[in-house]
Amino acid sequence: MEKIDPTFIREVAQISGTIPSRCYNCSACTSGCQFAHIMDKKPHEIIRLVQIGLKNEALAASGPWICVGCNTCSMECPNAIDIPAVMDAIRAMAIAKGEIPEKDIYNFHKEILGSIKRYGRTHKLEIMMRFKLVSRDFFSDMDLGVRMLSRRKLHILPSRIKGVRDVRNLFKKVG
Amino acid sequence: MKCDVKPIEVTWFPGCSMKTSAMENHESFKIFCEAIGIRLIELPDWNCCGSSSAHSIDQELAIDLVARNLALAPSGRPILTACPSCTLRFKEAHHHLMESSEARIRFRKQWGVPFDPAKKVMHFFELIDGMDISAFTPGKKPLAGLTYAPYYGCMLARPPKLRNQKNFHGLLEKILGTLGAKAVDWKGHNKCCGTFLSVARPEATTEVVNAIVQSGLDSGAECLITACAMCQLNLEIRCNLKDQIPVLHFSEILTLALGKGKNTDQWFKRHLVDPKPLLAAKGLI
Repeated sequence: MEKIDPTFIREVAQISGTIPSRCYNCSACTSGCQFAHIMDKKPHEIIRLVQIGLKNEALAASGPWICVGCNTCSMECPNAIDIPAVMDAIRAMAIAKGEIPEKDIYNFHKEILGSIKRYGRTHKLEIMMRFKLVSRDFFSDMDLGVRMLSRRKLHILPSRIKGVRDVRNLFKKVG
Repeated sequence: MKCDVKPIEVTWFPGCSMKTSAMENHESFKIFCEAIGIRLIELPDWNCCGSSSAHSIDQELAIDLVARNLALAPSGRPILTACPSCTLRFKEAHHHLMESSEARIRFRKQWGVPFDPAKKVMHFFELIDGMDISAFTPGKKPLAGLTYAPYYGCMLARPPKLRNQKNFHGLLEKILGTLGAKAVDWKGHNKCCGTFLSVARPEATTEVVNAIVQSGLDSGAECLITACAMCQLNLEIRCNLKDQIPVLHFSEILTLALGKGKNTDQWFKRHLVDPKPLLAAKGLI
């Protein structure tokens, strides 16, 4: 069995600025979540793993990566735990550890950030094309892409800001 | 009563969605604001707020990306947003800067100006809450006969630290109600649309989006009216139900209600479900 890491909860509390020890596991968060059914560990289970110090298990879970941060769970939570902030903290720890359980979702975020770094704004067409290359999924959504292009929902050229250097400087740490 | 209002000047932050994939949202929004006396002055050289991705990977970057916009914005007028995602990112960064002296020092170092707490970030709904939009269509109920499902997505939710701030439960219903439209009671109004999972997990998003649209159909709505450009996109591109209903941006329906639609063909050809038959039947185009 995995070794318990008693410092895990403090680490999460510090990064997230919320207090996971308040959770009494009523699972209201999971009940309200639109995507809990595709998570291996659901929101209330993630909080429980944090409470009992099963760090490796929490960091290897897909839940924090599937979470889109819609805040429905934190609205439901009777103890006002900022659950998406806990998910943010766990993702940050998994990235620091270099073991990312949901590579394609991570790659998608990286493509968005890469676009912001290059232009200061997001360029959706390029993001989609690069994401497809990285995930080696060339054919799904081709028809959708064509429909979006023909309806001018995807722009061919990016919109580039003048202060792109300012924005690039912000990325020094992330790379 | 004649409605001559002195224009309210605001710094306008459109965000990436309204500037690109949801240009019809932006065009109709600009017309509507002008019509009700809000003067939008676009923030020059604004950058992306970081959306869902910055805070997912690096929380400091999420604050910094918003901070540049806060530093660029001139003092003395509020910063107006209409995208719920941009709004949340701005409000979280503003809150963080209010709470943390370290963050304020960092802000000053990075941008050479001190953080100005008076540059408040305001969602468009905050601005029109309390305004009587029906005063702009005197004696008429332009949306009479339209039955719609109001869709807020995650806009009504917020993290616990922002719980004390204003929220917008029922605002769409209130405003569109004064213009004659009838909202249905339905179960989809605050269900998340899936945002980026639309790309990374399309099947799961389709499941969720189909449930939302189906619930609108079951409740007798003729269309969905969304508060968010991203939701509008997901509801259209990921729905694969046989029967679908148009998904309109709130700004489109408001502008049409005021009779101010211009080049509306340009808006509607960007919709995947054509709203023209419905709007023509209601006498709106």
